[in-house]
Amino acid sequence: MNPQHDMRTPARRVRGLGPARSGTADFWHQRLTGFAGIFLTIALIVILISLLGRSHAAAVQILGSPLVAIVMLLFILTSVYHMWLGMQEIILDYVHDDKYKFLTLMLNTFFCVAIGLASAFAILKMSFGV
Amino acid sequence: MVEITLPKNSKVEEGKTWPRTAHATHLTEFKIYRWNPDDGANPHVDTYYVDRDNCGPMVLDALIWIKNNIDPTLTFRRSCREGVCGSCAMNIDGTNTLACTRAMDEVKTPIKIYPLPHQPVVKDLVPDLKNFYAQYASIEPWLHTVTPAPEKEWRQSHEERNKLDGMYECILCACCSTSCPSYWWNSDRYLGPAALLQANRWVQDSRDEATGDRLDNLEDPFRLYRCHTILNCSKACPKGLNPAKEIATLKKALVDRQV
Repeated sequence: MNPQHDMRTPARRVRGLGPARSGTADFWHQRLTGFAGIFLTIALIVILISLLGRSHAAAVQILGSPLVAIVMLLFILTSVYHMWLGMQEIILDYVHDDKYKFLTLMLNTFFCVAIGLASAFAILKMSFGV
Repeated sequence: MVEITLPKNSKVEEGKTWPRTAHATHLTEFKIYRWNPDDGANPHVDTYYVDRDNCGPMVLDALIWIKNNIDPTLTFRRSCREGVCGSCAMNIDGTNTLACTRAMDEVKTPIKIYPLPHQPVVKDLVPDLKNFYAQYASIEPWLHTVTPAPEKEWRQSHEERNKLDGMYECILCACCSTSCPSYWWNSDRYLGPAALLQANRWVQDSRDEATGDRLDNLEDPFRLYRCHTILNCSKACPKGLNPAKEIATLKKALVDRQV
């Protein structure tokens, strides 16, 4: 709207549509996944180092072994969720036009779900060997 | 989207250099933002020379000296001249602070003075703080109770009263909110550090009986959660308060009531 046509009082503008009564779960989950990420990233680095110099078959065997596969899946789950929350924050910060906001929020979700699922699929395929 | 550049009619231009006082030996150079809504011109930065032998030590003293001796059209807010009222908040040498408590010798010369960032300008160094005050009003900064008022007063222990230290001192000068990048981008929906510090002042008050309602009113991805702990607010506060810590306390209270 042209600012000259906006005759709402400052109180009307500040109150807007009222509080969404949400956001705390996202805030808490971001910290939760961040904290989990400390340990899972260390585990990921250890796993990656153990893969150095191995043949393809040996690497597949290591990544497919139950313990390693579960750690990898946990890493994928927490990091993708963390990434989705973080990108959503950035979009809410900087993208103000409704059109672009909804579009970028959607793309963020699609991208994170696709990347997460593809990564998990790769691990599961090695693990189950099909 | 975020606006990185200023619109054409807001680009700040080089302004006028006002003549130095004759025979003055100890001069300090000032570069001050000027904008007049009535002349249709772009904002510009004027240069003034303040005679330090004839002027008090603070930046506000210099502004008053300029207004009295060089240019009576220079417009700024001031009142108490001792850091209590918050009227003379402005951007001095890149930092939001009070002109009355910042000494000229503390900042590098030429001393650059602009209005508080990212607020509409009324004239020269006077920002339009309507939105800021409406945000303060929206947190309902008064005691909410359901218990009938006691005959004498609402009682509070020393320990409970101590929880308000670091918050009750806020003078609402807006230095913190206008230094916050999150507030720059989302001041229409994000309450900003000053209003949130005040919100926490009432959430922490042992006499207030509407804590849950107050938290409900803040629980919003924009009103509260645009704070990303950038800490410009705590750095800017001329009263030495820590709004970022108070915002963290609010977030913790919201998590506490869920888990």
